[in-house]
Amino acid sequence: MTQQTAPPVVEMTGISVEFPPVKALDGVDFSLRPGEIHALMGENGAGKSTLIKALTGIHSPTAGTILVDGVERRFTGPADARAHGVSTVYQEVNLCENLTVAENIMLGAEPRLLGGLHWQAMRSQAATHLKRMGLSIDPASSLGSHSLAVQQLVAICRATVGDCKVLILDEPTSSLDTDEVAHLFKVMRALRDEGVAILFVSHFLDQVYEVSDRMTVLRNGGLVGEFATADLPAAELVQHMIGRSMEVLEAAEEVVEHVERPAGATPLLQVVGLGRKGSVQPFDLDLYEGEVVGLAGLLGSGRSELARLLTGADRADVGQTRVAGQPTRLRTPRAAMRHRIAFTSEDRKGEGVVDGLTVRENIVLALQAERGWMRPLPRKQVDELVAKYIEQLGIRPANPEALLRNLSGGNQQKVLLARWLSTAPQLLVLDEPTRGIDVGAKAEIQKLVADLAADGMSVVFISAELEEVLRISHRIAVMRDRRKVAEIDGGGATMDQVVDLIAGGGAK
Amino acid sequence: MTTTAPARARRALKIPTRLDRRYLPVLGTFVVLALMLIVGGTRYENFLTPAVVSNLFINNAHLIVLAVGLTFVILTGGIDLSVGSVLALSTVITAALLQAGLPVAVVLPVAVGAGTVIGLAHGVMVHYFQVQPFVATLAGMFFARGLCFVIAPESIAIDNASFVELAGWVQIFAGWRMSSGVLIALVVVGIAFLALHFTRFGRTVYAIGGGEQSALLMGLPVARTKVLAYVVSGTCAGLGGLLFAMYSRSGYSLTGVGMELDAIAAVVIGGTLLTGGTGFVLGSVLGVLVLGLIQTIITFEGTLSSWWTRIVIGVLLLIFVLLQRALSLRKT
Repeated sequence: MTQQTAPPVVEMTGISVEFPPVKALDGVDFSLRPGEIHALMGENGAGKSTLIKALTGIHSPTAGTILVDGVERRFTGPADARAHGVSTVYQEVNLCENLTVAENIMLGAEPRLLGGLHWQAMRSQAATHLKRMGLSIDPASSLGSHSLAVQQLVAICRATVGDCKVLILDEPTSSLDTDEVAHLFKVMRALRDEGVAILFVSHFLDQVYEVSDRMTVLRNGGLVGEFATADLPAAELVQHMIGRSMEVLEAAEEVVEHVERPAGATPLLQVVGLGRKGSVQPFDLDLYEGEVVGLAGLLGSGRSELARLLTGADRADVGQTRVAGQPTRLRTPRAAMRHRIAFTSEDRKGEGVVDGLTVRENIVLALQAERGWMRPLPRKQVDELVAKYIEQLGIRPANPEALLRNLSGGNQQKVLLARWLSTAPQLLVLDEPTRGIDVGAKAEIQKLVADLAADGMSVVFISAELEEVLRISHRIAVMRDRRKVAEIDGGGATMDQVVDLIAGGGAK
Repeated sequence: MTTTAPARARRALKIPTRLDRRYLPVLGTFVVLALMLIVGGTRYENFLTPAVVSNLFINNAHLIVLAVGLTFVILTGGIDLSVGSVLALSTVITAALLQAGLPVAVVLPVAVGAGTVIGLAHGVMVHYFQVQPFVATLAGMFFARGLCFVIAPESIAIDNASFVELAGWVQIFAGWRMSSGVLIALVVVGIAFLALHFTRFGRTVYAIGGGEQSALLMGLPVARTKVLAYVVSGTCAGLGGLLFAMYSRSGYSLTGVGMELDAIAAVVIGGTLLTGGTGFVLGSVLGVLVLGLIQTIITFEGTLSSWWTRIVIGVLLLIFVLLQRALSLRKT
């Protein structure tokens, strides 16, 4: 293989990026050779985007060197990077919809006539570039009139104008359908064969296996390793991304006993073919009383999106929902609340607690909202309620007047739980309730979830930590590439099984 | 290659039937203007005469220049509230300096340059200090208005011979009159049109309005362009003041109170979206003409209070904004 011997076009050594106090990248090495498609793998927050931004000059590394074509460079920004042959196409199409296709491709390298723009030459040159991409659209049409897939290809088209040595594609496929992805891959392979080095980032493991030659895996801002795609089985890749070896994963103890569900019981919430375009493919799910259903999958596999559809936080395009057997449409979280369905978002700060209010105010928020502002809760009742939950959930400090921003993450999460428990929900959907909180608080919340289920509540539990999901779930739904791919019994499930299902598509 | 000829013929046929949606608002303004001319022409004698139409331009030359400058800023998604005050400042500077005996060749660049400097300050505040355009230019508006009073609390008449000669220059052919002010305004419109459509600066203005982040990631010179848009607006306001001084032969601190709102109304009626990215400088000119024509019609009507002008402008503004809303909703 010639590309093995070709000198790297990009060589990054010991790259660190800090956003104090967080170290987003810690001494990462990365190299990219001409004529290869190199996948950058890792979960959200692993540092993929940061690495790309460090390369293109959006973030400046606090340590490390970047060699492009053997010359040390620190680009000042995307424009500078592009001038040196490093172009980036981002997940969201970063073009201007109000301009024409031709302008979007050519601006910055536009042909000129007498000091002004030469529109005719601009259009014909744009047409030539479009043709290379296999696109036959009118360069004079406005970009906004085209589909997202076409816009994405136009963005790549723009990136390849001029001297393009390195093409960075950050999640280019997340909003494309199968045919469009196939078209994109054809274009990528053609560019690779012309000698362009392509850095490809995608959550879709099967796509990575289909198109990439090599991959670099990051985890928590650190480098795990560089692998030839052909030599790395998908299951092993997932382990590298999650960061635990199989042995450790299997050692996780099981605390859940399988509960016998009475035959013919009506599910509390039953969804059939529920889905939303660009978010989650249609899925079926039944939720029963007294049961914890875990959602497993990589970050970005559609776990949170599924939860949002269940609870009306996002509106579904297709599918039916039945609450206790009755057809119901849950269009808003408020509608879900009326059916005693509560949801805590993974974004605790942004969509959960109000950190400028006190513990007391945060706890009664949902209950008060349900009653309406015309009927304020009597102060005495509020105080009793708050005291009860502070005691029951062990919220520290045990001071109802403490500001939420002064509480630790775990205690904020407990306040959030108290808020929803006070509305006496039948179904509680918890998205990442244990993220970023310490081990002790984590265990308390896990125990609480188990207790609630034992008392008859139905719980949907989402967590990035597989062993946690395995430990407390009666049933586990596995998500991959925004699809629900499997549903397994929690009691008998092993870590192996789940990891295989998550990796699924890539394992051949 | 054999297919190109019929393909080209088909495309040539397509042009009249498939109008780009971007032109619709401007077309709407044009239709309104035409309707007003027709209604005015049938209702009143002597309405559709060269004299009336010439006056429409002569009376509004300064507003055309203001609206043209403002179009740049609004296209980037910003706003400039200071243009009325800067116009007043420019008239006052012109009158005061001429009174002090400075030559016209010095006074004119200084008056226009005052606008440029204020525009530059706005641009720097908006881009580098991330101040909301509304707030930054509001500050500029108070500053310029206050400065007017510091320079000259009273109205100053202009009697400088060469300035009066320049202001009085008129070209007449077959009943049509063109003053120096109108000529300058039309040149400004021409330059602005070329700048917006045939330079990278102009396309970057549109790109910023379409999405500043995108423009940045496309590697376009966002900072320079954004600042320059405010400079253009400030300069146009300075020039507008000069035209107004030529028109009124005086400089007065209370000139153009609320004129920035007229200019904004003209730009919006001319089909430019306040969110940026869509609009044309020629639309803004049409917008000014619509405003001027409302005034003319009400003058012709005779019995109506002139405040009806404001009411009609308000209604038109609302209709145009609703129209744009409907168009953008249909698109998505």
